[in-house]
Amino acid sequence: MSARMIEQPWQRWAIRFALFVALAILCIPGLWVVLTAFRPNVEIMARPPVWIPQHPTLDNFRRIFGLLPAEQQGLPVADYFRNSLVISVTSTIIAILVGMMGGYAFARFRFRGKKAMFLGFMLSRTVPGIALSLPLFIVWSRLGLIDTKIGMIVIYLAINIPFTIWLTDGFFRQIPVDLSDAAQIDGCTRWQAFWKIEFPLARSGLASAAIFAFLTSWNEYALAAQITRTTNAKTMPVGLMDFTAQFTVDWAGMSAMAVLIIIPALILTFIVQKHLIAGLTFGGVKG
Amino acid sequence: MAEVHLSKVVKRYGALEIVHGIDLDIAHNEFVVLVGPSGCGKSTTLRMIAGLEEISGGTISIGDRVVNSLPPRARNISMVFQNYALYPHMTVRENLGFGLKIARQSPAVIEQRVNEAADILGLSPLMDRLPANLSGGQRQRVAMGRAIVRNPDVFLFDEPLSNLDAKLRGQMRVEIKKLHQRVKTTVVYVTHDQVEAMTLADRIVIMRDGHIEQVGTPIDLFERPVNTFVAGFIGSPPMNQLEAMIGSRPAGPVAVLADGTELPLPPEFAGRVTADQAVIVGFRPENLYPAGHGIPAAGQTLDMDRTVSLSEPLGTETMLFLDFGGREVQAKMLNPRLVAPGERMPFKLDLGHLHVFDRASGKSLRA
Ligand SMILES: Nc1ncnc2c1ncn2[C@@H]1O[C@H](COP(=O)(O)OP(=O)(O)OP(=O)(O)O)[C@@H](O)[C@H]1O
Ligand SMILES: [Mg+2]
Repeated sequence: MSARMIEQPWQRWAIRFALFVALAILCIPGLWVVLTAFRPNVEIMARPPVWIPQHPTLDNFRRIFGLLPAEQQGLPVADYFRNSLVISVTSTIIAILVGMMGGYAFARFRFRGKKAMFLGFMLSRTVPGIALSLPLFIVWSRLGLIDTKIGMIVIYLAINIPFTIWLTDGFFRQIPVDLSDAAQIDGCTRWQAFWKIEFPLARSGLASAAIFAFLTSWNEYALAAQITRTTNAKTMPVGLMDFTAQFTVDWAGMSAMAVLIIIPALILTFIVQKHLIAGLTFGGVKG
Repeated sequence: MAEVHLSKVVKRYGALEIVHGIDLDIAHNEFVVLVGPSGCGKSTTLRMIAGLEEISGGTISIGDRVVNSLPPRARNISMVFQNYALYPHMTVRENLGFGLKIARQSPAVIEQRVNEAADILGLSPLMDRLPANLSGGQRQRVAMGRAIVRNPDVFLFDEPLSNLDAKLRGQMRVEIKKLHQRVKTTVVYVTHDQVEAMTLADRIVIMRDGHIEQVGTPIDLFERPVNTFVAGFIGSPPMNQLEAMIGSRPAGPVAVLADGTELPLPPEFAGRVTADQAVIVGFRPENLYPAGHGIPAAGQTLDMDRTVSLSEPLGTETMLFLDFGGREVQAKMLNPRLVAPGERMPFKLDLGHLHVFDRASGKSLRA
């Protein structure tokens, strides 16, 4: 709130209302998906549309997990969910570990070709992944990585590591070098200095990098659709397409699954968000 | 016992040589101050002693150990950084105890040593604060506390006061001096402030462009600078330096200034200057004073009437600017009275305190 103007109550309400409208426009599609996930098919198809579910139900979820008596075959959603989780978590952990070390090296050490390498990482982000899908497909089929979790993990690492390096480099750069020097004088090895001083201070940066990496692999569709085939490796976003048949779309099932995709992402974001409190790096040194 | 010896220490960054083979011997419990202009290699030298920079040549030893390839933690030193480098995520107590904790001291020992240091530095009320919630002077104190709890052989300071305002800097300077009297240790202290150097040092090391120009006690450096650089660096305001030519007169050699004024040289320069040698003559502002307003000269003086172009009253003394020997020089007036610009006054120049330097090399011509 600016100091030069005290807001009148009506102004504040006007701003809130405008924000509400803007947010509503942004959120309604998502909300619609969630509502759709909890209502029976008749209601989904109703015209004019029914906003509030009149007969809320969990049947859509039961159905996609194959828990309903087989009037329709269940989809292997549990498998997709497991694949998504394994692929995303593994690739996130590795990307953060490797990316953190890379970012630290870029922030702290001088070495030949540093600038070019950094620029290269950035440029790699400018290439849309899908543009590489054909060569990727060929290489992956030669390597036998088609339809494997490893194959997808490697792809997501290639996407996430450069980004993590870029992000963590910025965070490590904010931490004064003197802190690590001081820790070494205080008796730490370089390794201890990193874990006891620099790592805790970079934690918020690492947390945001982790969210980005996880969401990227959790939500990625285009490449996963090319590489994965079966319950071996197929991820949730790809599985979503199982609900479209040639002439029909199973909106109810699809919405239920979309909710399943959104929920873990939301949970993770909330968990990690509290680590995002920045500002701890300030104060130790004269700024 | 912790002497520090530097022998032919060189620092290179790639092809660029920053420190050119310096030799320095620091005695046990001595307070040595490295001073010099920005970029002369003071911090680099200090960081080499600390082990934070590798040395490219020569030997550094602490006590009787050569420490060339030892990491900082094996050198038993502690260091206070210019920007304090406190750990932002730790409280004052944790900051102070960190080194002891790393050294796996028992909690009881840590507690006791930390409290001791906190007492010495007056930090006790601040123990549970984070560095972000401290003032500059308090952070400075914590940084010093962190250095003393570990009971090191050598203290290293890199411009520890330069982030403080003038008043606090003066206070902390006194505290550092008291601290050294209380906690006797070898100290290497880097600053570019010559007042800090003069007031704190047992011995001052003057550096320029990666070389040591002169090493000596503050009084040594003040009274017997070996070259024009040291003469200009030590003393505030700096020594007046005038170009002159040597002339020989029956009574002995004189320096002839640009305006023709002849200054008889003190006896110590007899035989060390040659006729027509191009020299720089130096004298400190306190050796040029309005008659009756200075420390009476023991020997010969040059008396002259001069017009004051500017006066700077400082309270106990007033600095006067006047033209002499072809340029503007500063004179110091003790027991000052109000002097108006343009006023003509009789001045005395104490010839016993003249310095003479060779103009080409800048070296002092004193024996
Ligand atoms: N990593 C480096 N690579 C190349 N040159 C460097 C490096 N670090 C320092 N230098 C150079 O070494 C010289 C000495 O630096 P140093 O920090 O020791 O100066 P200083 O005397 O402490 O100056 P100041 O009073 O400004 O702190 C400077 O010219 C600096 O540019
Ligand atoms: Mg420095």
